[in-house]
Amino acid sequence: MKKLLFVQDKSPHGSIAGQEGLDAILMGSAFADCTVLLLEDGIYQVLDGQQPSSLGTKNYSVTYKALFDYGVKHIFCSETDLQERDLKTDDLLITVEPQSDDQIKKLFVDHDVILSF
Amino acid sequence: MKFSINVLGAPYSSQASLSALRFADAVRSTGHEVYRVFFYHDGVYNGNSLMTAPQDELDLNARWAKFALQHQVELVVCIASSLRRGMLDKAEADRYEKHSHSLSSEFTVSGLGQLIDASLQSDRTVIFSS
Repeated sequence: MKKLLFVQDKSPHGSIAGQEGLDAILMGSAFADCTVLLLEDGIYQVLDGQQPSSLGTKNYSVTYKALFDYGVKHIFCSETDLQERDLKTDDLLITVEPQSDDQIKKLFVDHDVILSF
Repeated sequence: MKFSINVLGAPYSSQASLSALRFADAVRSTGHEVYRVFFYHDGVYNGNSLMTAPQDELDLNARWAKFALQHQVELVVCIASSLRRGMLDKAEADRYEKHSHSLSSEFTVSGLGQLIDASLQSDRTVIFSS
């Protein structure tokens, strides 16, 4: 089976890219072996305690919790991105596995299809 | 080789649509296959039948339609992205009791499963983002 890597690299709410990207991940996980990589500002997608209701947008971050139930085995991020944003994995809503730059390069090599939004 | 193309950028606002179209032409003219063109995010606006380009500019909607007819390639717009942005075919317009529809008949409304299927069936998936 082909391995799909979904890359989310934009912060939530400022654009709909993250929300529509998440829809694609949910659909992909029903058909294929899927891995998620939260890159750069994409890490903010899963920041705990989001309250976007005052913006008039939906708090879709909670849907990330369902990804493991849908068969997504790994959600990765960059340890450099965490450091640069002064974030710790405890600040996040779900279990995310920080990776070194070399490990991230390997993710791109090891997957058959890379989808970013 | 079998290619699928994902268009994420709105026509004219970004170069995504034009680049995707030129890439699709290049794929065909070099003897390869386009399995499917999937329009997602603002890319769904490429299906807008009301698009009216100045006479000396390319009409992207018409060019996509021509490409699809010429090469028998599916043009699929994501239903969730389309509905949000008011890109409805006749059936959806009727279902939601809207006064008119906006999607060209050469484009098909379907789900994200078509994007995943295209990625799995094709040798290469190429994304044109804004």
